[in-house]
Amino acid sequence: MFGIDFNKLRFLICDDNAHMRRILRTLLHSFGAREAYESEDGATALEMYIHYVPDIMILDWSLPIFDGLELAQMIRQPEGNGNPYTPIIMLTGHSDKRRVMMARDAGVTEFLAKPISAKALYQRIVNVVVSPRPFIKTKSYFGPDRRRNTINAYIGPERRGGDGNAEVIQQQALIAKAKTSA
Amino acid sequence: MAANERNGSEGNISVESFAHHQVIRQPNPLKRAVKRIAENADDPVARAEKALAGLSNEFEDWMRKECDRLAAAHRLIVETGLNATTQDELFRAAHDIKGDGATFGYPMAAAAADSLCRIMEHAPDFAKVPQDLIEHHVNAIQAIVREHKKLGVASVAGELSKKLRGVADEYLTAVNQDRPEHLELILSPSLVPGE
Repeated sequence: MFGIDFNKLRFLICDDNAHMRRILRTLLHSFGAREAYESEDGATALEMYIHYVPDIMILDWSLPIFDGLELAQMIRQPEGNGNPYTPIIMLTGHSDKRRVMMARDAGVTEFLAKPISAKALYQRIVNVVVSPRPFIKTKSYFGPDRRRNTINAYIGPERRGGDGNAEVIQQQALIAKAKTSA
Repeated sequence: MAANERNGSEGNISVESFAHHQVIRQPNPLKRAVKRIAENADDPVARAEKALAGLSNEFEDWMRKECDRLAAAHRLIVETGLNATTQDELFRAAHDIKGDGATFGYPMAAAAADSLCRIMEHAPDFAKVPQDLIEHHVNAIQAIVREHKKLGVASVAGELSKKLRGVADEYLTAVNQDRPEHLELILSPSLVPGE
């Protein structure tokens, strides 16, 4: 029987709500995690992501300065300063179809709708630790394979189009923008 | 630098190139955290639920603070007018209650807050939303939280939040007749993967 040694994982939590951060911290520590860093806005989270090199990030969608979606897009830069393959679990009160699709297309690894439960959070962490998906790089996307089913007979919109080798579209450095506007 | 060049420098990442995309695989970097455990090992989920229950004596105070924040955000709009900042703060306060309410033991307050969030997300022009509709939501959330401990309040709170959602959806359906993408979102169920 296999389990997760949370003591060997470093987490970065980003949520602007102090109560939710406390709950997440409590859950992670109960699972056995020792290292759980916290930030309350997107800019600080980006700095902490580069500095602490977390194994797993847990992001809220709605954040000050720049939101969880923008943060995920910044992390999923193959030539960025941090680890672009870092698993991202988006924990959010948004749960409609459009938001779930947007999160997926921003490179979010797992989506977890609030209200949070210990079981659901644990399951998402197990997913990213035990069964990491390959990454896909196209002209407009870099992130975990959005086709969770491994069957070849994919039915759905073709998102992998492009000319020859993939090129990743570089994004404006929002952190620089945030710093200049602060 | 292309992914296959990166492969050359790091050696562990394999890249399969196709006409329009590349598939990048790397050895599982988190494999170190997978361990063999005994059949009768302590259940981490049960341990976390117990820890969460230990926090629950603080939930009432946390919920009251969330409600105060919502009321203050609404009051600011009434007193100083609607602008991007005041609207954003009202939305954030409602959105936090929507997300936290059920965890804190106030699912009906969360449902009413969800209804308020839907109005703010899908109304074509929030300035034109009847202020009574907003006020009723804010007052209902406060009342549900305030009267939470009273006997029989759960069913009343359930009816109240259901009624609010009905009125909100009726309003949103009426004002989004020429915005089919919003209508679809208003009427579609959540897509979130099940637990």
